[in-house]
Amino acid sequence: MTAVVTATGLTKRYKSSLALDGATFQIGAGRIVGLIGPNGAGKTTALKAILGLTTFDGQLNVLGLDPRKDRNKLMEQVCFIADVAVLPRWMKVGDAVDFVANTHPRFDRSKCDAFLARTKLQPGQKVKQLSKGMIVQLHLALVMSIDARLLVLDEPTLGLDILYRKHFYQSLLEDYFDEEKTILVTTHQVEEIEHILTDLMFIRDGKIVLDTDMDSLGERFAEVLVGAEQAAAARQLKPLDERQVFGKSIFLFDNVSRPQLEELGEVRRPSIGDLFVATMKGTYA
Amino acid sequence: MKTFYWLVKREFWEHKGGFFWAPVVTGIVFLVLNAMAIVLGETFGRRSTWAGFKYNGDMHFQQNMSPGDLHNAGAALDIMLYAIAGIVLCVTAIVVFFYCLGALYDDRRDRSILFWKSLPLSDTSTVLSKVASAILLAPAIAMVVGVIVGLALSILIAIVATLHGVAIWSLLVESHPIRVVFNLILLIPLYAVWALPTIGWLLLCSAWARSKPFLWAIALPVGTGVIVSWFGLMGMAGLSSSWYWKNVVGRLLGSLLPGGWVSNASPLVVPNHDDPAGLLDSLDLAYHYSALASPSLWIGAAVGIAMIAGAIWFRRWRDDS
Repeated sequence: MTAVVTATGLTKRYKSSLALDGATFQIGAGRIVGLIGPNGAGKTTALKAILGLTTFDGQLNVLGLDPRKDRNKLMEQVCFIADVAVLPRWMKVGDAVDFVANTHPRFDRSKCDAFLARTKLQPGQKVKQLSKGMIVQLHLALVMSIDARLLVLDEPTLGLDILYRKHFYQSLLEDYFDEEKTILVTTHQVEEIEHILTDLMFIRDGKIVLDTDMDSLGERFAEVLVGAEQAAAARQLKPLDERQVFGKSIFLFDNVSRPQLEELGEVRRPSIGDLFVATMKGTYA
Repeated sequence: MKTFYWLVKREFWEHKGGFFWAPVVTGIVFLVLNAMAIVLGETFGRRSTWAGFKYNGDMHFQQNMSPGDLHNAGAALDIMLYAIAGIVLCVTAIVVFFYCLGALYDDRRDRSILFWKSLPLSDTSTVLSKVASAILLAPAIAMVVGVIVGLALSILIAIVATLHGVAIWSLLVESHPIRVVFNLILLIPLYAVWALPTIGWLLLCSAWARSKPFLWAIALPVGTGVIVSWFGLMGMAGLSSSWYWKNVVGRLLGSLLPGGWVSNASPLVVPNHDDPAGLLDSLDLAYHYSALASPSLWIGAAVGIAMIAGAIWFRRWRDDS
C-alpha cells in the first residue's frame, strides 16, 4: 500500500496544553479513514497539521510533501471541508464556481455544473441567503469537482438535518470516491459513517489509541450478550466494558477467541459507538 | 497572473460597495448638493436684489474674452475636475483605511479563511492582491468617478447658464478632461508608494490582531506618540515630538490622504495667484514627483513593504480559526 499520509511522533504544544502527543499513523491510498476522538483530543489539530495550517514537531509527509514548506503545491492535490459555515457569506454561488474554476488547476467545471443542477442552488444566490444544508451542497459540489488525491473532512455535517447528512455521504461514495482517492474524516456522528469507513483511528489526549481497518476490527473486537448465570465467567475474560440491558449483560472483548465467547452467549460485532465509549472511559473524569 | 487577476476580482466582488458605490454615491450627493445650491441661487435671484444670480441678458462675455482668458477659464475648469476627483478620492481613502483593517481579519473571524486556504493560493499572492486593490484599483475607480462627476457638474452649470441666455459651452471645450484623467492616473504610482506605510501598518494589524484590529492600529501609534510627547524623549535624541507625530504616527495612519506628499515636494512656485493656468502648470506632474527626492517617502515605503511582508508571514502562520 502506498501511503498518502505518514506521521511519526507528531507533536503540537499550545501554551498550556499538549494537543498532539507523539501521534504516529499512516493512511494508505484509496482508503476512507475515520479519525474519531472526544472533544479536545487533538483531531482538528492533526488535520490542521496535515493541511499545513499549523506548526508542529515531528515528521509528517503528505503526498510526498512537507505541509509546512510546500503548502501551496500540496493544496493542488488536497481538498478540505472544514465545516459547513466557512464559505464566505458575501459570495454568490456563480462567483464561487467562477473563482475556483479559474484558480484551481484540477477543477472540472462541467462536473460542478452537473452537481449543482441536481440542487436548488441558483448562480445569483448569495451564500448568506442559503440554508446550512444548501451551503454544504455548494461546498461539496465545488470539492467533488476537484480531482484531488486526498480529501479531508472536519465535522462536515455538523448541524445538518438527517436528509442532508445521508445525502452528503451518499454523494461522496457514489460520485466521488474511487481507488485513487483517499478520504480522511472526523465526526461525532459515528454511526453515520460506520458503514462507509475502511479504516478507523481513535485519538485520545493527542495519541492514536486504536488504528485498525474495519475487517480486522470485526475479528479483534466482539460483543457478547451474556445471561446473569454466566456473567462471572465472562468477567474472568477481562472484558473492556460491561453494560446491562433487560437483566442481561453485554460484554465487550478485545482479542478473545471466538469459540470461547460463543460458549457464553450470542456474539455480535460491536458498533463503533460502543467501542468508542468503552475505549474513552474516563476521558472527562 | 491569471490567479492574481481573479484574486483582485474577488476583492472587488466582496468590496463593491466600498470601492465602487461609495465614490459613485459621493459623486451623486455632490451633484445633488450643487443642484440644490443652484436652485437656491435662482430662487434668491428672483426674489431679492441683494443675493443670488443676476444677469442682465447682455452677457455675451465669451466674445470679449481674449485667448488668454479662454485658456484660464479652461484651466479653472480643470482645477475643478482635480478638486472633485480629490474629494471623491478622500472618501475612497476612508474606505480603503477600513478595508485594509478588515482585509486579513474578517475572514479569520468568520472562519471563511479555511475555505480560501483550501485552495492552492499562496499567502503572498493573497496579501499582494489586497495591497493592489487598496493602492491601485480603489484610487483608479475614485479618479475616474471623480472626473465624470466633475464633467457632469460642468454640464449642469452650462445648462443653467444657457437657460439664462449665456452660452458658455465654448468654455467647456477649453477644459481638458482626458488630460486630467491621464495626469491623475499617472499620479497613482506616487500615491501608491506614499501610501505604503499606512497600507502596510493596517494590513499588519489586520493579519496579527486576534481581535479588534482597529483599536490596535490606532492605539499603538497614538499611544507611543503620547508617551513620546509626555517624556519629551525625542528631545533627548535631538528631535522634537512633533517630528514623531508627523513622521511616524502621521505616516502610519494618514498616508492614504491624497496629496499628502506635497509637504515633501519641492517648494511650490506660483507666479501669480490670479492666474489659474499658471497655478495648474506649476502643479504639474514634475512638481508632484519631486517628492521622490525626499527620504521620508522612501523610508516610509521600505517600512511599508517590510510590514506587508510581516502581514504575509502572519497570514501564513496565524493559527486561530
